[in-house]
Amino acid sequence: MKTQEKISVPFAEGAWKKAINVKDFVRLNVTPFEGDAQFLTGPTHATLQLWNTCLAAMKLEREQNGCLDIDTETISTITSHAPGFIEKDLEKIVGLQTDALLKRAIKPFGGVRVVEGAAKEKGHLLSYKVKEVFDYVKDHNTAVFSAYDPEILKFRSKGILTGLPDNYARGRIIGDYRRLALYGADALIAAKQADKLAIDGELTEHQIRLREEVSDQIGALQSIKEMGAMYGLDLSRPAENAQEAVQWVYMAYLAAVKEQDGAAMSLGNVSTFLDIFIERDLADDIITEIDAQELIDQFVMKLRVVRHLRPGAYDDIFAGDPTWVTEAIGGHFEDGRTKVTKTSFRFLQTLYNLGPSPEPNLTVLWNNELPEGFKNFCAQVSIDTSSIQYENDDLMRNARGSDDYGIACCVSYQELGKRIQFFGARANLPKSLLLALNAGREENEGTVILKNIPAIKSDVLDYNEVLANFKLAIKEVVRVYCKSMNIIHYMHDKYYYEKAQLAFIDTDPGIDIAYGAAGISIIADSLAAIKYAKVTAVRNELGLTTGFEIEGSYPKYGNDNDNVDVIAQEISEFFFNELNTHKTYKNAKPTMSLLTITSNVMYGKMTGATPDGRLAGEPFAPGANPMHGRDTNGAIASLNSVAKLEYRYAQDGISNTMSMVAKSLGATPTDQTLNLVAVLDGYFAKKGHHLNVNVLNRETLMDAYEHPEKYPQLTIRVSGYAVNFIRLSKSHQLEVIARTFHENM
Amino acid sequence: MQIPENWLIHQDATPLNENDPDMLRVHSIETFGTHDGPGIRMVIFAQGCQFRCLYCANPDTWDVKGGTTKSIDEIVQMAIKEKPYFGKNGGVTVSGGEPTLQRSKLLQLFTKLHAHGINTALDSNGKLLNDEVKALLSETDYLLLDVKHFNDDWHHTLTAVSNQSVLKVAEYRESTGKPMWLRYVLVPGYSDQEEYLHQLGAHFKNYLTIEKIEIQPYHLLGAHKWEAMGLEYKLKDIKPPTAEALQKTAAIFKQYFKEVKIN
Ligand code: SF4
Repeated sequence: MKTQEKISVPFAEGAWKKAINVKDFVRLNVTPFEGDAQFLTGPTHATLQLWNTCLAAMKLEREQNGCLDIDTETISTITSHAPGFIEKDLEKIVGLQTDALLKRAIKPFGGVRVVEGAAKEKGHLLSYKVKEVFDYVKDHNTAVFSAYDPEILKFRSKGILTGLPDNYARGRIIGDYRRLALYGADALIAAKQADKLAIDGELTEHQIRLREEVSDQIGALQSIKEMGAMYGLDLSRPAENAQEAVQWVYMAYLAAVKEQDGAAMSLGNVSTFLDIFIERDLADDIITEIDAQELIDQFVMKLRVVRHLRPGAYDDIFAGDPTWVTEAIGGHFEDGRTKVTKTSFRFLQTLYNLGPSPEPNLTVLWNNELPEGFKNFCAQVSIDTSSIQYENDDLMRNARGSDDYGIACCVSYQELGKRIQFFGARANLPKSLLLALNAGREENEGTVILKNIPAIKSDVLDYNEVLANFKLAIKEVVRVYCKSMNIIHYMHDKYYYEKAQLAFIDTDPGIDIAYGAAGISIIADSLAAIKYAKVTAVRNELGLTTGFEIEGSYPKYGNDNDNVDVIAQEISEFFFNELNTHKTYKNAKPTMSLLTITSNVMYGKMTGATPDGRLAGEPFAPGANPMHGRDTNGAIASLNSVAKLEYRYAQDGISNTMSMVAKSLGATPTDQTLNLVAVLDGYFAKKGHHLNVNVLNRETLMDAYEHPEKYPQLTIRVSGYAVNFIRLSKSHQLEVIARTFHENM
Repeated sequence: MQIPENWLIHQDATPLNENDPDMLRVHSIETFGTHDGPGIRMVIFAQGCQFRCLYCANPDTWDVKGGTTKSIDEIVQMAIKEKPYFGKNGGVTVSGGEPTLQRSKLLQLFTKLHAHGINTALDSNGKLLNDEVKALLSETDYLLLDVKHFNDDWHHTLTAVSNQSVLKVAEYRESTGKPMWLRYVLVPGYSDQEEYLHQLGAHFKNYLTIEKIEIQPYHLLGAHKWEAMGLEYKLKDIKPPTAEALQKTAAIFKQYFKEVKIN
């Protein structure tokens, strides 16, 4: 790479010059790209050598129970660790979370006991010095439990509410990491200082808290400068060229993942932004295409080695050690231009240059007007790597109001730098239905959970009676769910505030509070069975349901049959409306998701037999997918059923996974690509929200199950994100294999 | 239960075409068809067939009284719901069974689909050619014509009937100038004799309406259905063609057809 002597092409100026406004900068300076993938290049030798070092370290990590090393002495902060390198001389983009590759840091403010336990499981002892700190300060976990009540504890321990971020960091917040590259830390500090001065008037609790928060953010920005200096970077000023732009963005993100271990810590939508700097350097002959790709490859490589220390129990909920570094790619501007740039292609190209990978979680914002060349490339990459997911750009942009957004966690729209999200895992709908059928008692042990559910009159189930009881149960579940979420987020703000991320977000942003519901397909089928067939509850000596006998046939969700699909719609609408009846912490706006992340197997294990004929312990379908094997009219009918779930009630996301063998997409590679493009065009025209695409074959998966060592990079998509197949538990691997392959031979 | 050799073969198929004019007798519907015509297709497997192909993967489509009836309007509605996925190339394919046994109903279906701008394809074994079939072919955007064997004796062995009508259907389609794809199931030991492959190629080489020929590798995926129906599956020892055998057949066809595709 040549060194830069002067910037010959100044950026187009606009509102972004007067205030923090990256959206305006991108809009004015982007070069949309309508071409195809021909221009792309392979990895450089340096990239390959670095990546081989990473692969070797990852192999060792797997061999050591999924954890290479832990620094148990040092509480991780933005500046806690000395600079770390893979191989310093080869790195164009530098920075690791700790001083060594894949060495995990401890972030005990989420919960010191959880960290201690996680370290112990992996054969490490948490330093007494660290433990001692918490003799004097509180962590998030302790604080939440101090405010929980018996009711919440019961809902939690019986698995009606699961995965609540009360013993781990909530994540979900996306800093607008582009700001560091565009403005530099000094300008951001100045803007925050001005914001702080403007917080005045009657000093309410809100105002006081805000002042404290902004002070913390300023402190974080100062620490980020220090961290940069440790790597020899002057982050106080804006990035001056492409390499710096990538490096600055990464440093901002690195600060976030050094300070926090949130469940999901997305990147946002940096590709379109970075392209502006890359295009300028290309035009100035400062870099070539090979250099441009190398920057992106090496950036992505760094994102692939982000690690957090998690307990084993966490892995049961979020299988595969995910970090959800979600990068949104493509989509359209409000003015109708495409946001696809050459760097959108370059990000996808990393899946060839470095091989398939679950992280970063590459998410294509699809709309039917995307350039053909880009659509075809996406389809090709999906077929070759199964590593990307798709979301409906038109649907989200129009419903949510901004074209400048990323994807929080796995599938959730998030305007960048303007709003944030409070994450809240999910409620188990099938268990709620079983409460409705068992007079408020939990189906496994009979513990009374809800007191106001009348006993069902007859074991031959009546639709209206069951529905009325179920709605009562949902009301109660939602009430308890809302209570717990308010406590969690109050405490997280207080004890584990995300100052590094909030430093890159407008002061006092709007907030969405993201609830979730799991098992919608079981609900739809169960209620349809009760309505259209004869369902008899089988009960044990305690009067608890243990199974259901179904006589006659009934329409099943996943076959584009309105009679059953409408039930799924009705229940999601009801659940969402219930959420809206409750007060929220910081006046956050409720949203709801229909997802399971990777927890569908775990949910299944905890849930008794359901009236759709599903046996006790059998897995749920992932996300909003139809139940395995019940979508008998082919993939399109299945997609159409899911597409009927309305986004307005589930703005946090409706996840759908389509798994198939390549052959079932078409006879030739060209057919396969074009047909996948047609599937995506069709699904999103039908207002589907999200689609994972897995193109695999059973043989490969079975072989990977038997011989994991042969498939270190095999990636599959599971409800909203991708995982490394061999890092899933064996039972989860089997579930994935058994799941519908839409074969048509 | 042991079912006789010629089970159902002499069934009268006329009611299938004439009774319940607004209802189609359907074996099943696959909404994500990617191997029966261009693009993504809704494939309707029509009930009823009078061939008895030894390798038939759908013997449960034979019985003209089997399957379920579905109203034509309901099928049209299903296709409309699927239309966004059809893109530029996709549409509806009627396969079988043998769809032309329900020709008058399919004419109604295809006319309605065309009124909604939906492309139509017919996958036929070419058993029938009469005015009704001709009318249906005029509403058929793609004819996928199964040529099971070029030699009539072998055709008999494979299907229990003659191939003369198949060749007539091809000739008729050619005269209309509308596109057709040929489909050829390659069964090792039954339909892979080089001389007949060449004869087939030579016969069709001047046909202008044939856009491509598709080689369908024989597979055993339907064998269990025969057993479930109490029928003897005679090809149980025949293995699917090897990749080399497919390539060899493709190479022969390439001498005569502008496009050869292994499906
Ligand atoms: S023509 Fe088709 S449906 Fe009829 S017997 Fe032959 S393969 Fe089976």
